[in-house]
Amino acid sequence: MSRGKRQFVRSIVAAAAVMAVAGFAQAQEVLKIGLLASLEGPFAAPGQDGMRGADLALKEKNGMAGGKKIEFVKVSSDATPDKAVNSTRKAVEQDKVQIMIGPLSGDEGIAVKNYAKTQPGVTFVNGSSGAQGATLGDPAPNFYRFNTEGAQWMVGLGEHALGKGYKKVYLIAEDYGFPYSQVQGFMASYCAKGGKVIDKAWVPLGTKDYASVIAKVPKDADALLVVLGGSDAVNFLTQYEQAGGDKPMIGGSITVDQTVLNFKGKRRESLLGTASAGPMADSIDTPEWKKFVADYKANFKDGFPSPSLFAYLYYINTKATLDALDAVKGDLSNNQKAYREALQKTDFKGPAGEVKIDANRNGVGTTYITEVAKAPDGSFYNKVVKTVPNITQTLGLPEADFKKMGLGTRDVPDCRT
Amino acid sequence: MNSSSSASPAAGPRGTQASPMARASARTLTEARIERSRTANPTDWRAIFGAIRLRHLLVLVFVIAYPFVATPFFTFQIGAQSLALGLIALSLTFLGGYGGMVSLAQMTVAGLAAYALAIFGSSSNLAISLGWPWWLALIVALALATLLAAGIGWLSVRTEGIYTIMITLAVGVAFFYLAQQNYTVFNGFQGFSKIAPPVLFGLDWHDPVPYYFLVLACSLAGYFFVKHLVRTPFGVALQGIRDNPRRMQALGFDVTAHRVAAYAVAGFLAAVGGVLMVWYNGRISPGTIGTGAMINILIIAVLGGMKHPIGAFVGAIVFTLLQNFAIDLVDRERFNLVIGGVFLAIVLFSPDGLLGLWQHLRNRLAGPFTHRGSGRIHR
Repeated sequence: MSRGKRQFVRSIVAAAAVMAVAGFAQAQEVLKIGLLASLEGPFAAPGQDGMRGADLALKEKNGMAGGKKIEFVKVSSDATPDKAVNSTRKAVEQDKVQIMIGPLSGDEGIAVKNYAKTQPGVTFVNGSSGAQGATLGDPAPNFYRFNTEGAQWMVGLGEHALGKGYKKVYLIAEDYGFPYSQVQGFMASYCAKGGKVIDKAWVPLGTKDYASVIAKVPKDADALLVVLGGSDAVNFLTQYEQAGGDKPMIGGSITVDQTVLNFKGKRRESLLGTASAGPMADSIDTPEWKKFVADYKANFKDGFPSPSLFAYLYYINTKATLDALDAVKGDLSNNQKAYREALQKTDFKGPAGEVKIDANRNGVGTTYITEVAKAPDGSFYNKVVKTVPNITQTLGLPEADFKKMGLGTRDVPDCRT
Repeated sequence: MNSSSSASPAAGPRGTQASPMARASARTLTEARIERSRTANPTDWRAIFGAIRLRHLLVLVFVIAYPFVATPFFTFQIGAQSLALGLIALSLTFLGGYGGMVSLAQMTVAGLAAYALAIFGSSSNLAISLGWPWWLALIVALALATLLAAGIGWLSVRTEGIYTIMITLAVGVAFFYLAQQNYTVFNGFQGFSKIAPPVLFGLDWHDPVPYYFLVLACSLAGYFFVKHLVRTPFGVALQGIRDNPRRMQALGFDVTAHRVAAYAVAGFLAAVGGVLMVWYNGRISPGTIGTGAMINILIIAVLGGMKHPIGAFVGAIVFTLLQNFAIDLVDRERFNLVIGGVFLAIVLFSPDGLLGLWQHLRNRLAGPFTHRGSGRIHR
């Protein structure tokens, strides 16, 4: 073959290759979706599980939505709002995503919501953030949250506590936004039905020594309302046991989860019967939940024994995002008008109940009231005793009445006497 | 961090046992430097313009043209954030490189300025924020932070080396916990949000381009201020104190006063950086001034090199780029490894940071004509 011919053949091959690649690219139009979770800092493990939930939702659709191949642009934060906004900004402005899912924790959610206002052309979907302020009072028109939040998760627990005969409780909770919301959700119905919260002990996040709090527990309290998470909860439970405390407890949504339930000690037995509430539970007895758990276990060998709260929340938010893309066949034109209408109409049966949103684009969903029970193999789990469907962000009150009460803080609501 | 005193633990005793000739020459050198800086006419414009080189102009043209060619993301999140972080790191470079005092509390000083701006100015928390006009809040914030820096300095100047690091770390961690647990002034875990730069001359200073130029102006001012300061009698005396405090004392300099003053000056720079940082984030909470953030400032300063003020900015640019883009290079759960690896590699192969690497390269390439290059680094 002469040199000229060889070059000719080469260029033909090259041209064919280029065309093949171009054709492939056209058949596989890629849509980038930003995905933010905390892969560093105190919430690194939950953040990883959140990403698993999002991956699972995408995998169920074989990586496609609205006729396009979906690619996650994953970014990370360390659970600080500054980092969450920096990472979101990177995904939106640098990687040019048109849809953004995240973040994980409460204050991050409010910060991302505020950033969303500066990017009206991009749609933001929450990850697992549960701060009330992200959608109540000053919401962003392009920020959607398909999960319910901290206050909604506790609705119904108040009545349940009264039903168990706890007329007066003493509160021990961490001093920041998420527990404020949780306590408000509990107190809204508890106080309305005659329950009293004698006093509130707000402890700083990461408190190691609870001696002074335990010493102040009043004798006439029927139970303790404990809204602590992770190591704080373990520290408190251990020290309360050592101090000889014997009052029954009511827990927040992350107080008696699997990580806490399996700590060692005598007090563990006395945890039996502890009531708590949340948007999901390990033992929901529906086919949808069982399928979700089975899929999770099959896909993530390195995951938890059962999907965590964060995996579940990221899952439903991602699923809503992708379903709406399918509904509009991937059409994001006209400032995503049609897409956002489809998002607003979202209504599907998720693993733990219906997923739909209200006019403020916040989830309206089901809360599960659970009690700690012992499995035949000796391990502890949260047994579902009651489900409360259709809980709105205003906790069943008209929005005007709820706004009059205000968002939960250290002193709101108050029913000491 | 500097060549002679803190680098070798036995500097003190060895210094006193040095041969009389070496001692004499060291003294005359310091005295000559001080003498020179005293007699130099500060308004000698010919000398100033003579010092401008092509690369200075290139950098200047680049930083001014940058926001017009870069995307808003690169202008704001990479460019402006690097410069703001660089300004805080510059305070440490000044303190460590010229004063021989490594303080971990520079982020604390910046954080106090940010908090003060939120408390005296306006923020989302109407119950705590006093709502003073922004310029008044700004002045108070800078003054308070400078005062705090002087206080930290006064507390730690009698210590050396690792003990300075320890005591400043303690101050920083104490302030972090104070901010996290105090609700009446610092609003605890949640801190303050909606802290915006003022709208002035019809410009929203939080927009990428105006904010970039605001930060650029502050950074350039800070840079030239430090460059000028280290040639003044105060700056030269400070370097003398860094190299041999006893001798400087014997020469009649008040070592403690000079050091505290250095802390105050560095504190002012950090405070300006802190104000820029809070305007950038729009919010301040304890997480911003935690141990991680305090150490990041040290990393930036060491990464860039502490022998020249430009090192702080070089380090900040590399740091910000890594923070933003390392996640694109490797798997999502491992990207911090890249950040750590790069830091380790730079510090391992060049103890003087990126500037040292640059110097090394110049010496290599220039061969015998190196005398000019190394002379510009103030030892």
